[in-house]
Amino acid sequence: MQPYATPIERVWFYAFRVICGLVLLYLVLPILVIVPLSFNSSSFLTYPLSGFSMRWYEEFFGSHEWMMALKNSLIVAPSATVLATCFGTLAAVGLTRGEFPGKALVMAILISPMVVPIVIVAVGLYFFFADIGLLNTYAGLILAHAALGVPFVIITVTATLQGYNTNLSRAAASLGAPPLTVFFKVVLPLILPGVVSGALFAFATSFDEVVVTLFLASPTQRTLPQQMFGGIRENISPTIACVATIMIVLSVLMLLTMEWLRRRNEKLRGAG
Amino acid sequence: MNEAAASLVADDGVPLKLKLRRAERAHKLKSVAMIAPLFLFLLLSFVLPIGTLMYRSVDNPELHRALPQTVAALAGWDTQALPDEPVFAALVRDLRKAQEESTLGLASRRLNYEISGFSSLLTKLVRKLPPEGAGVRDAVIAVDERWGQLTYWRAIARAGTPLTSFYLLKAVDHRVNEAGDIESVPANEAAYVTVFGRTFWIALIVTLWALALGFPVAYLLATLPSGPSNLLMILVLLPFWTSLLVRTAAWIVLLQSGGILNGAMIGLGLIAEPLQLVFNRFGVYVAMVHILLPFMILPLYSVMKGISPAYVRAAVSLGAHPFLAFWRVYVPQTIAGVAAGCLLVFILAIGYYITPALVGGPDDQMVSYFVAFFTNRTINWGMASALGTLLLIATLVLYAVYGKLASSDANKARR
Repeated sequence: MQPYATPIERVWFYAFRVICGLVLLYLVLPILVIVPLSFNSSSFLTYPLSGFSMRWYEEFFGSHEWMMALKNSLIVAPSATVLATCFGTLAAVGLTRGEFPGKALVMAILISPMVVPIVIVAVGLYFFFADIGLLNTYAGLILAHAALGVPFVIITVTATLQGYNTNLSRAAASLGAPPLTVFFKVVLPLILPGVVSGALFAFATSFDEVVVTLFLASPTQRTLPQQMFGGIRENISPTIACVATIMIVLSVLMLLTMEWLRRRNEKLRGAG
Repeated sequence: MNEAAASLVADDGVPLKLKLRRAERAHKLKSVAMIAPLFLFLLLSFVLPIGTLMYRSVDNPELHRALPQTVAALAGWDTQALPDEPVFAALVRDLRKAQEESTLGLASRRLNYEISGFSSLLTKLVRKLPPEGAGVRDAVIAVDERWGQLTYWRAIARAGTPLTSFYLLKAVDHRVNEAGDIESVPANEAAYVTVFGRTFWIALIVTLWALALGFPVAYLLATLPSGPSNLLMILVLLPFWTSLLVRTAAWIVLLQSGGILNGAMIGLGLIAEPLQLVFNRFGVYVAMVHILLPFMILPLYSVMKGISPAYVRAAVSLGAHPFLAFWRVYVPQTIAGVAAGCLLVFILAIGYYITPALVGGPDDQMVSYFVAFFTNRTINWGMASALGTLLLIATLVLYAVYGKLASSDANKARR
């Protein structure tokens, strides 16, 4: 704020900051509020807290159902991530190599899983997988989750490739490196931040996915979000708060990784 | 120059131009080959499933499967006079077979969509099925006189076509009447136009709120020095990365009648009785705006980051009031970001299912809820597909607009 600001401008300046502060509070408050409740000894989800206790965590880790859900999520999410990242990175490299007819349309189709309403994807997959026998299978669930993660990989990897200097590949090739060597020794190390961010997005998508899972998974394939969805619908218990806390910790870790990758990428660019 | 280039020949005697063209084609083919695996993968796990859904919205298989002979016999029927003896005989044969193979359920339910009560009529006939042979028509009509009415036979003819517009019309509260014209259904049966209207309305309100709340925050983030800006950005990105279910659960905990917000307000003496803040429209708005706000802030931020502060300074130095300068000089430069953010939030909002299902009441459910409802609960897959298809079309149209906007923007930036 300039020292010569009029009183109205001063008031407005502070009012603006207060408004922004309130909006930011609105964004983080729900996330901050639920964490302490998971350590509360009372079974009511209200403040003030009645005392510190780890009983809800013990309940979570001791529950057969929750552990099965966690296990299923840890089977499905990494597999879907690997699929989405491999296919997505390869396609992103192909997409940035040059123009070809219909490129815009192909790109639009590859990104569309991000915008098509999730229920439509879920019901469509339910019909289709029922016809070809993939309903109630891990394979079906992994394929579906991978499809949902693909757009994020495409977007982040294409964005990173835009800053990639193609002359480096040409130099490597002119020195006699076969195409695969060029990719793994030159291209991949340089675009790795983009690939990892895409993979993180894909993982987060699968790890948080509930609608497609509701339609495709058999009861023994319940994932963590699905188990949580059931819990929220019936009655929110402190166990839900404790699962929520674990998932928040996971998101913080992913967010920090992304921040770190972004800074590293910026530094690399700056140095280059 | 061109001729000189054309006459250049490589070592092996092939013109250089041809070689170049070949190399370029190989390069292009390689690009396509790299995209192909993903494309095929998405075809299997995304495009074909959605195609299946769209096909189901016009598919009409029930009568074809359960009553094939009747449908075939009715093919040349003029719909003006009661069908002949052979049609009745075909119906009796079909019903006998369908009863043995117990395939009648779906067909009976399909006919009930056309005329309610048809199901029980069919069941009644199956129970007292007359023998085939002469006089079968009178025998069938003797079981229930409704078999002598044209309305019921026309319903069978309509439900017997391979494809039907029944579900798509019903999804916009219309139907084909006896005369074959399209008319709107009576007001007491109309339901889905309201649902679509509600869906778009909720999405609009959510978009406007997200814009109103997101614009100042994006402006603050774009104008602060990078240190504090990055720190505040984490506050925007943290909810963005947090599970949707976690955020929805947190809002229920905050807003429910024995919840934290009500407790705090009662504690402060602001209210005497807890307010109903969740499981109604208010709760849906609060939770949806919260979830979609980052999708508004991020595109706004990226546009605002590229706006030079020099323009507003110039306007102010030329005598414009700071508010006027902001409104006339700064805001127009953010239009691309505003449009992108609003479209993105709107597109995402019309497809919402989980959040309204968890924090809304019965009158706050959007189209997606009914798609899921018809798939799981009433197993009316035609209706689920029709509602889904219409929602998909709305989304794709908006997505195309969004794409146009983004690409024209990119062109502008390139220029």
